[in-house]
Amino acid sequence: MGKHMLKRIDLIFKNEHDTDAILQKIFKRSNEDLINDLIGSGLKGRGGAGFPTGLKWKLTSEAEGDEKYVICNADEGEPGTFKDREILSQVPHKVLTGMAACGRIIGAKKGFIYLRGEYNFLKPDLQKEIDNFHTTLKSLKSDFRIEIFSGSGAYICGEESSLMESMEGRRGEPRNKPPFPTEIGYLGKPTVINNVETLAHAWTIFKYGPKKFRDLGVQDSRGSKLFSVSGDTPVAGIYELELGMSLQDFVDDFGDGDTKAVQVGGAAGFCVPRKKFRETAIGYQGKLTGISLPTGGSMMLFNSSRSMYNVLKNYLEFFEEESCGQCTPCRVGCQQLLEGVEAVKRGDKPHHYLDKLMRLTETMKLTAKCGLGQSVANSFSSIVENFREEMIY
Amino acid sequence: MTDIQELVTGLVEKHGRKRENLLPILQGVIEKERSVSDFAMVEIAKQMGISAADVYGTATFYSFMDTEPRGEYVIRICKTITCFMKGKNQILLALEDALKIKLGETTPDRKFTLLETNCLGWCHKAPAMLINDEIYTDLTIEKVHEVIGEYKNK
Ligand code: SF4
Ligand code: FES
Repeated sequence: MGKHMLKRIDLIFKNEHDTDAILQKIFKRSNEDLINDLIGSGLKGRGGAGFPTGLKWKLTSEAEGDEKYVICNADEGEPGTFKDREILSQVPHKVLTGMAACGRIIGAKKGFIYLRGEYNFLKPDLQKEIDNFHTTLKSLKSDFRIEIFSGSGAYICGEESSLMESMEGRRGEPRNKPPFPTEIGYLGKPTVINNVETLAHAWTIFKYGPKKFRDLGVQDSRGSKLFSVSGDTPVAGIYELELGMSLQDFVDDFGDGDTKAVQVGGAAGFCVPRKKFRETAIGYQGKLTGISLPTGGSMMLFNSSRSMYNVLKNYLEFFEEESCGQCTPCRVGCQQLLEGVEAVKRGDKPHHYLDKLMRLTETMKLTAKCGLGQSVANSFSSIVENFREEMIY
Repeated sequence: MTDIQELVTGLVEKHGRKRENLLPILQGVIEKERSVSDFAMVEIAKQMGISAADVYGTATFYSFMDTEPRGEYVIRICKTITCFMKGKNQILLALEDALKIKLGETTPDRKFTLLETNCLGWCHKAPAMLINDEIYTDLTIEKVHEVIGEYKNK
């Protein structure tokens, strides 16, 4: 461990169980007040996309609809990400409270937790929590109800519109956007869909007020965030840190002394080589100097013993398998990228074939229908650009 | 009525005929049978009033909805990046050795099926595997033999 010691935060996992009191407090206040707190806190979606949470709730509360829904996205599938599982097993009541608050604000009677199939073992305990929570809600005269919906092993279902397709009993293929779920979501009704961590942060904001959250972080990246740290690190695990840290500080604390690259944001994210650690900050796009990388929280460290070719190949195999196949740039693109890097490595294609593949990722970025196909370009080009010789020899 | 028909009827009654209940119904069949056969899919289609092709198209989209016969215990070893870095290949060899089958196969007594899967969300404790819904992490060759030994005696 380095000497910097990043500021560790303890909001999410802090052992606080005053659910009844918080709920009472929430239900006493007006919807406008609550929304203003969320907007004032600067909270952005913690699944990776970073849409302002308060605005999402506001839009859905204003949308026309006889029925509305709240969905907690617990389809945590990004390789290298494991924070939501920990939230759901340690502080599920915070997530449930966030959902109930959202339900009150937007006027929904029903909430769902879309739990990835890989986490089925969480179900019995989570169901018990939900049952207790329903009793509390009843005593507060709220008829909001929460149900668990199990996924069945499809990475793309973490994308909100495919998640809803899947809940409607179909293949989890992303929908065209717009319309957005705030207008037309689950069963065609206005829907708020939030990541597990986002809902847990809402709890903190309603309990402590927006300032406590807003005081953390920098500029457009406010608050704390859970990071899932894995790979070549002596301290793999889950950590709550302030947004806006530099990657250098992160590596000083979490690296193994020999870190040559960090993949920020999982397979769909960016690979940052050692020479760019200092200029790279972790947060949402904003006016930070240098590069600012958004992330759902996955941080994978690689030391010099790793072949970045193997890393890229593993990512591409992942995408090729998890592409929903709906649009050609992604379906065929992923296959071509994988075959392409293998051919260059074998010597069946010349070095400059890599440039062709780079152009292909640009096309995918522009023409793929959803974030999956678009983000393949991130890991591909950041690895090929920075570790080109490893792709060839 | 066959067992499968009875199972499907029960599930359809429990969840309802609406399209949005298709996944829970398919999951119910898999929980019982470990996979969903053509026969089961046709039966679901009939009872829910949708086409069998539609049920098939949906089921095959999801990696945990096996449409081929599987063993009583389905072992899924994670092959994604961190598990790969932390020696997933040796773990796979150990599993093949303990079960005397290759990846993708089912033991002749239909007790075990060995598959690979993508990230299980335990990358900080890689390598990881799932046996049905049970998770096993920080795998070593010894641990694999120990765990499989326990399952063999079940
Ligand atoms: S980009 Fe890929 S995952 Fe997204 S819709 Fe197209 S094929 Fe499906
Ligand atoms: S890479 Fe295997 S559990 Fe995440």
